[in-house]
Amino acid sequence: MPAADIDTAMALLELRNVSKIYHLGGEEIRALDDVSLDLEQGEFVSIIGPSGSGKSTLMHILGCLDSPTRGNVTLAGTEIARASARELARVRNRTIGFVFQFFNLLPKLNVLQNVELPMIYAGIGGRERRERAGKALEMVELGHRLKNRPNQLSGGQQQRVAIARALVNNPKIILADEPTGNLDTHTGELILSLFRRLAAEGRTVILVTHNPEIAAVTPRQIEIRNGRIAHQVDARLAGLDRSGGGDLPPSAP
Amino acid sequence: MSLELPRIPISGMTLPEPPSMPDLPVGQTSLGNAVVVGLKEIWAHKFRSALTMLGIVLGVSSLVAMSAMVQGMENGQREAMLAIGGLEKVRMEAQRVPVEQRHLRDMARGMTLADVEALKAGIPEIEIIAPEMRLEVDPTLQANGRFHRTFMTGGILPEKMRIMEHEVEHGRMFNDIDAAEARPVCLIGTGIRDELFGRPEETGTEVIPLGRTMTINGQPFTIIGMFKRYEGEQDRKQRLEREAERQRLLAEGRTPPKAQGPSRGQGRGGSFAFWIKNNTVYMPLNTMWHRFQAGLSNAPPEPRLSNIELKVRDFSRIEQTLSRIRNIMMVNHRGIEDFAFRTFEDWSADIDRFVKNARMSGGLIAGISLFVGGIGIMNIMLASISERIREIGIRKAVGAGGLDIFVQILVESTVIAVVGGLLGLAFSRFVVLGITWVAPTGNDPVITGGAMALAFGFAVGVGLLAGIFPAVKAARMDVIQSLRYD
Ligand SMILES: Nc1ncnc2c1ncn2[C@@H]1O[C@H](COP(=O)(O)OP(=O)(O)O)[C@@H](O)[C@H]1O
Ligand SMILES: [Mg+2]
Repeated sequence: MPAADIDTAMALLELRNVSKIYHLGGEEIRALDDVSLDLEQGEFVSIIGPSGSGKSTLMHILGCLDSPTRGNVTLAGTEIARASARELARVRNRTIGFVFQFFNLLPKLNVLQNVELPMIYAGIGGRERRERAGKALEMVELGHRLKNRPNQLSGGQQQRVAIARALVNNPKIILADEPTGNLDTHTGELILSLFRRLAAEGRTVILVTHNPEIAAVTPRQIEIRNGRIAHQVDARLAGLDRSGGGDLPPSAP
Repeated sequence: MSLELPRIPISGMTLPEPPSMPDLPVGQTSLGNAVVVGLKEIWAHKFRSALTMLGIVLGVSSLVAMSAMVQGMENGQREAMLAIGGLEKVRMEAQRVPVEQRHLRDMARGMTLADVEALKAGIPEIEIIAPEMRLEVDPTLQANGRFHRTFMTGGILPEKMRIMEHEVEHGRMFNDIDAAEARPVCLIGTGIRDELFGRPEETGTEVIPLGRTMTINGQPFTIIGMFKRYEGEQDRKQRLEREAERQRLLAEGRTPPKAQGPSRGQGRGGSFAFWIKNNTVYMPLNTMWHRFQAGLSNAPPEPRLSNIELKVRDFSRIEQTLSRIRNIMMVNHRGIEDFAFRTFEDWSADIDRFVKNARMSGGLIAGISLFVGGIGIMNIMLASISERIREIGIRKAVGAGGLDIFVQILVESTVIAVVGGLLGLAFSRFVVLGITWVAPTGNDPVITGGAMALAFGFAVGVGLLAGIFPAVKAARMDVIQSLRYD
């Protein structure tokens, strides 16, 4: 089914006929092929599909890390294609928080400094940075490991640091690319419950995974194959929602 | 504004839109932060950073050291120039009648006291005028069983003492009676004393040969005065050090080693001027005339002067004054040019030229070394950013703008240069010591604040320039590609 036809109200994130095309040698690779998608404020969505289907590419475009070859992306009413590199950096800094499969923490910085990083680029003073980073780390239950280096932590702990970092500038959108891909099942579940909590708080959380069991956590699932949206499920519309977003009204606010 | 960290709602949530951040511009990483990151990078790669800094350290220290050496030499030269009267001094020397005037040779009278009187009367701009009569052949001095030859033996008027800035430290200057009666009295410099009666370092006490007899070309003279010892700053310091060392050894009851090496006539730059003053023998002009000239068969009818030195009041008008002096002299000498002018302007210009050349060549060497240092920094910064591609990608993903990355890399390269520059400034002292140890000069090198500031400024500039290319490269890196990079 095509994306929910939500009338005139502007969605938080809108993709219209977005394609991302790579050229390798003479070959044309359509990592994304004519994708249209609306994501509402507060949605908990998973993007699922086999490896190489274009999930990461989609996530990069949603997160303003990359720009599409064709098509339009609108974030909170702003057309991304028109934004300058500087404005995009600002969006990544304030509006979006990323969580990656390989954590992407800076190995030379300790836990606290890693979490402070987005605030440095927001121009926030040192005292406030430490305070806020500390709180964010407490929220992921790592308030006692501030001075550790990332390589002194387990994978699950590192991912929690990354989540604290993603949250620290209070973004509207959390984008997570295979956040449990490098963790054992138990740790993965802990991380997922964190995301569920974030979604329950009203943030837009987008979870990229190749694992249907993980995708099942989210009310809405978008399946990607060969760069196209192959299938969409929205449990809220079907009245089947068993996720953390369960208290949401049947349609997006 | 304070961030409301999301608290976990127990149940039923209707969190409105999360509060938005204040509108702060991206691209405003605080500079202090970037400097701290830069210092940490340097510290994390200590050895590599040290090697990179070496070029800057050498460049800065050689620039400072070179400038210190040149400054020292310049100071020495100027000191020497002042010691013999400075720029305002003009010297007229008797010379042979020029070839084209040979036929007038019989009419040439040479320079005489009449010239001195005429100049004194005719030109008020002359502050001091001092004639001197020397022997045609350097005389042999003998005293205390020793011999010595010096070309600085002259018969003078008292004004000579002022123009040469001589000071009688022991005994007295000759007086009018000495001069009028052409008495065989003389004053000597300490250099003459050293040669004939022994140096204080050799004899252990300072001999003051007042009242002793010294023969000049066989004629006995009484030494009535001795000048003070003239020496440059540098020589004085060295002498006092040696003296202190000697006293220390004596106090410990050991015999100090005999001073070795002559203290005279290195002939180099400044010390030569002092050596000349110390090797002077003066007697009244009238004595010189009566005892060495008047008696000769071909004696001129009146004293013939070897030179006339004069000092003008106003150096800025020296050209006009010189031409007036020249006019009077030409009239007195009936147009025969049996005299010549010497000024110290030539010397001064020589000093300037020397200083300029030395600065240029030294600056070039230091500049090349700074340039090489800059290339080293650029090289290390390129290596550093390609090691940190992933880091740069992460920083950009969490919101660093191109400008933030640019500034960070630029600050890092500048920090290397600044640290290198500071080390270079510290190191320059040792370079100076090293150079003076290997090649001692008569002049203490002088490290000036200006030279230090200049060298440091150059180093910082080199660091900035070297950082630009790597910084642009890092700022332009693609986020996705940097994140994918392993
Ligand atoms: N920089 C690139 N150059 C060429 N091809 C790329 C590039 N990035 C991604 N691709 C291709 O695009 C397709 C989608 O990749 P990706 O979005 O990473 O897939 P997924 O995350 O679903 O595994 C893949 O075929 C991949 O090879
Ligand atoms: Mg992927």
